[in-house]
Amino acid sequence: MSNKLNQSMSLAKPEANNLSTKQKISVLLGVTGLFILALAVFNTDFPNKSLFLSLSLGLIAIGTILFTNDLYLNKLEGIKNDGIWFKSISSRGILGWITGIVLTGFYIVLYFYPQYLGQASNGETNTGLISLFDPLSYLLSGRPASQWFVYGTLYTLAILIFGYKFMLKYRHNRYEQLRTASVMFFQLGFAFLIPEFMARLNESPDYNLPYYDLKSIWPLNYYLFDGWSINGFLSSGNLGLSLLIFGVLSIFVVSPILTYKYGKRWYCSWVCGCGGLAETAGDSFRQLSSKKLSAWKLERWLIHTVLVFSVIMTTAMIYTYLGKDPSKFWLTRSAFLIGVGIILTLVFSITMIYKRHELGKDALYGAIGYFAVIATLIIMHYTGTTDKIFFIKSSALRSVYGLYIGSLFSGVIGTGFYPILGNRVWCRFGCPMAAILGFQQRMFSKFRITTNGGQCISCGNCSTYCEMGIDVRAYAQKGENIVRSSCVGCGICSAVCPRGVLKLENDSLKGRINSNEILLGNDVDLMDFVNQK
Amino acid sequence: MEHIVIIGNGISGVTAARHIRKLSDKKITIISAESDYFFSRTALMYIYMGHMTFEHTQPYENWFWEKNKINLKKGFVETIDTDAKTLHFAKGSTLEYDKLIIATGSKPNKFGWPGQDLEGVMGMYSKQDLENLETHAPNNKTCKRAVIVGGGLIGIELAEMLNSRNIPVTFLVRENSFWNGVLPDGESEMINRHIKNHHIDLRLNTNLKEIISDGNGKSKAVIIEETGEEIACDVVGLTAGVTPNIDFIKNSKIETNRGVKVNRYLETNIPDVYAIGDCAEQNEGINGRRPIEAVWYTGRMMGETLAQTICGNKIQYKPGHWFNSAKFLDIEYQTYGWVHSSKSKPDYEQHFHWKHDDDTKCITVSYHKESNLFLGINTFGIRMRHETFDRWLTEKRDVDYALNHLIEANFDPEFYKSFESAIQKAFQNQLQTI
Repeated sequence: MSNKLNQSMSLAKPEANNLSTKQKISVLLGVTGLFILALAVFNTDFPNKSLFLSLSLGLIAIGTILFTNDLYLNKLEGIKNDGIWFKSISSRGILGWITGIVLTGFYIVLYFYPQYLGQASNGETNTGLISLFDPLSYLLSGRPASQWFVYGTLYTLAILIFGYKFMLKYRHNRYEQLRTASVMFFQLGFAFLIPEFMARLNESPDYNLPYYDLKSIWPLNYYLFDGWSINGFLSSGNLGLSLLIFGVLSIFVVSPILTYKYGKRWYCSWVCGCGGLAETAGDSFRQLSSKKLSAWKLERWLIHTVLVFSVIMTTAMIYTYLGKDPSKFWLTRSAFLIGVGIILTLVFSITMIYKRHELGKDALYGAIGYFAVIATLIIMHYTGTTDKIFFIKSSALRSVYGLYIGSLFSGVIGTGFYPILGNRVWCRFGCPMAAILGFQQRMFSKFRITTNGGQCISCGNCSTYCEMGIDVRAYAQKGENIVRSSCVGCGICSAVCPRGVLKLENDSLKGRINSNEILLGNDVDLMDFVNQK
Repeated sequence: MEHIVIIGNGISGVTAARHIRKLSDKKITIISAESDYFFSRTALMYIYMGHMTFEHTQPYENWFWEKNKINLKKGFVETIDTDAKTLHFAKGSTLEYDKLIIATGSKPNKFGWPGQDLEGVMGMYSKQDLENLETHAPNNKTCKRAVIVGGGLIGIELAEMLNSRNIPVTFLVRENSFWNGVLPDGESEMINRHIKNHHIDLRLNTNLKEIISDGNGKSKAVIIEETGEEIACDVVGLTAGVTPNIDFIKNSKIETNRGVKVNRYLETNIPDVYAIGDCAEQNEGINGRRPIEAVWYTGRMMGETLAQTICGNKIQYKPGHWFNSAKFLDIEYQTYGWVHSSKSKPDYEQHFHWKHDDDTKCITVSYHKESNLFLGINTFGIRMRHETFDRWLTEKRDVDYALNHLIEANFDPEFYKSFESAIQKAFQNQLQTI
């Protein structure tokens, strides 16, 4: 039997056939909105930019909202996954590939050829798509738009409208609704508006803030410790200093405490913008993540490599920065390197002392990684000059990271490939922040997904809809709790489970990782026998 | 090396194989005529509904079997020669065994209805049934209406499947309320209403008389016993329960009744031949269970138990407290302990029933009329913890304890509204009025 049932070669089938009249009208409205943007890309000079921008974004929003209403509100509350694997867009069909290619193309142009979008250089005025967004940018920050402003606006719009869709889809599930409201709030407020207002502040000569998304924590925000960024903070009075301190506290205090109490989900699926887009606009693609064991192996190598790279890169950046004007700072370069070494050693030894037995073979990899980083620090110390470390410029290291990790991985592959590889490619394989939070979650957190005794029927809905590619079923059918560093706590496995087997919980550390030899409800004597062994 | 041969790669057979491998180095062969690899039968519905592909229903990746040295053989066993310890396949080949485990599962019941073997008439049990349905009911143009006969768990799943492709469904239920041979009345009636809310044409007290052919060997309509009404339909789903799938054993020396007769050690009358899962029949039901239990969970338990026996730790099949679960369209159902329907309820069993105003959530707690002993709970639309009820049943708690501590058993996702205090209040009010 062909495993892809009801596979159709037609471009439109089966979706177009099944669209209701209201849905067709909604598609028309939304596509008209997109068409205005497309016209702008081709340098159409709209007479009244404010009007056309509002019209475009408004039509996209209204189209999506009306479509969603018709899609979900006529049905009873419940799981709405009918036909996901028959639809071209959500099953790597031709629409999926087209969407993937268009998105990837958009990211390449955005990162590397912004002039094609109309980004002005050398003080000229913007043209094309970017100029269409000028009125909104002037309104918020008083500056002309840039490619990043256009991107930020569209990104926020996507999270808001698809967040609405997601909330309707899960209108029986308060966890999903609250979580989505939270990512919508943080995206609109923290990621979109506040940086624009910081730019407003910078109009005053007292401020020179590196306006950024306040909730974006290092190492996700890898440029937080760039020279220009630190200079900006330090030259912006108390506010700047507070922000820098907040940035450092976020890494070392706030995030460990929250992760200990709630798991990394507090960030990854409640706050983070990358996660926010994945959970809303990317929701239709969550089933495309690979659940193979080989994918899990690749994931662990890749994400930790990125983490090590980002730690070394950041250390190098700060090291170089401190060297420029040693008299300016109380912190010397060697003291800084020693400090980094001490922090890493502390983390490594605490983990090894308390959690060695849980790690098994991974302890060895951890140890290798640790000693590699320490060796790097020592080499850094002996090869470091004012602008060079390991005989190369630290800024070169930073550029390489920015290009390959910051742009290509997180943007082009991470989002462009949504319809092909699933919606959390970046979060799963690349994000160094996710690696740190995941490490904390696996080692020192109250969070786990509890399985409900022997009720699992191994159906596979949980694994299929896990965007992080965790084979949830492998644990559930053994009655084992799921404690995985990659779990972002989106709660969908629990939602789609037809037998009520999974529950996201924060509880005591004791007995968090259980492995029952025998499932509950089984043979009583046998349970005793096996558990005695 | 001892050769263990398992007929059937469902949950029972595969669980047995996995545990035998955990405990020993024996040579293991699993035989199936249905599929190359183990899949979750309970998930077949989700393939038709487009929630998953067939691969997603396979709990283990394909390399798993070779890595664990479990041989998979595709073939249909025609006869078992227990004297020569040899299996004869339909295609002529043979296979010798040292120990044989029969785990062939069930097949859909057919009660001799005229037309029951026509094309377009099918059960919903096997992968082949699913393929058959895909052929005859790919969409609502090819299949303008489907009639489902038999109001049980598979019937309502088939209704949900067809509904997902907008195929109109007429659902014939023999009883006067859905599945009320198992569910207490309040629950059964709530599910009746939920079925109708999904625009499924539910016909209670309705029996099938015959299925009419279109003259080319394909079904075109059904006739209702009670009214003689003819309902035009392209597909007829027969979901009136299942029977052990053991026809090929009938002419062997292995003793059978409705299923393969086994003792508490899951041994048949022939040494070194065992039966587990849906196809095994106990001499008498254990602790109120039925002699034949066609349930995912019991198949899994028997597999684990038998693996011990085969690997030298001879042990009786002694299932713990009864539990089960299902999903009726959008309403999840879980049961722990015994809650009987009005038809099967023993005299001492008293019920407390609570239903939410939204008509999608309810619970029934059963307890002993005299001793107040907590006997079991059915829960609809509220998830509850297996472990908690299992413990309370073992500790022999009374019904007041269970209701006062109900919140400990709650397993709903975080931030869900909790109904425990409303339930307690209703329980106290009920006691006062009595």
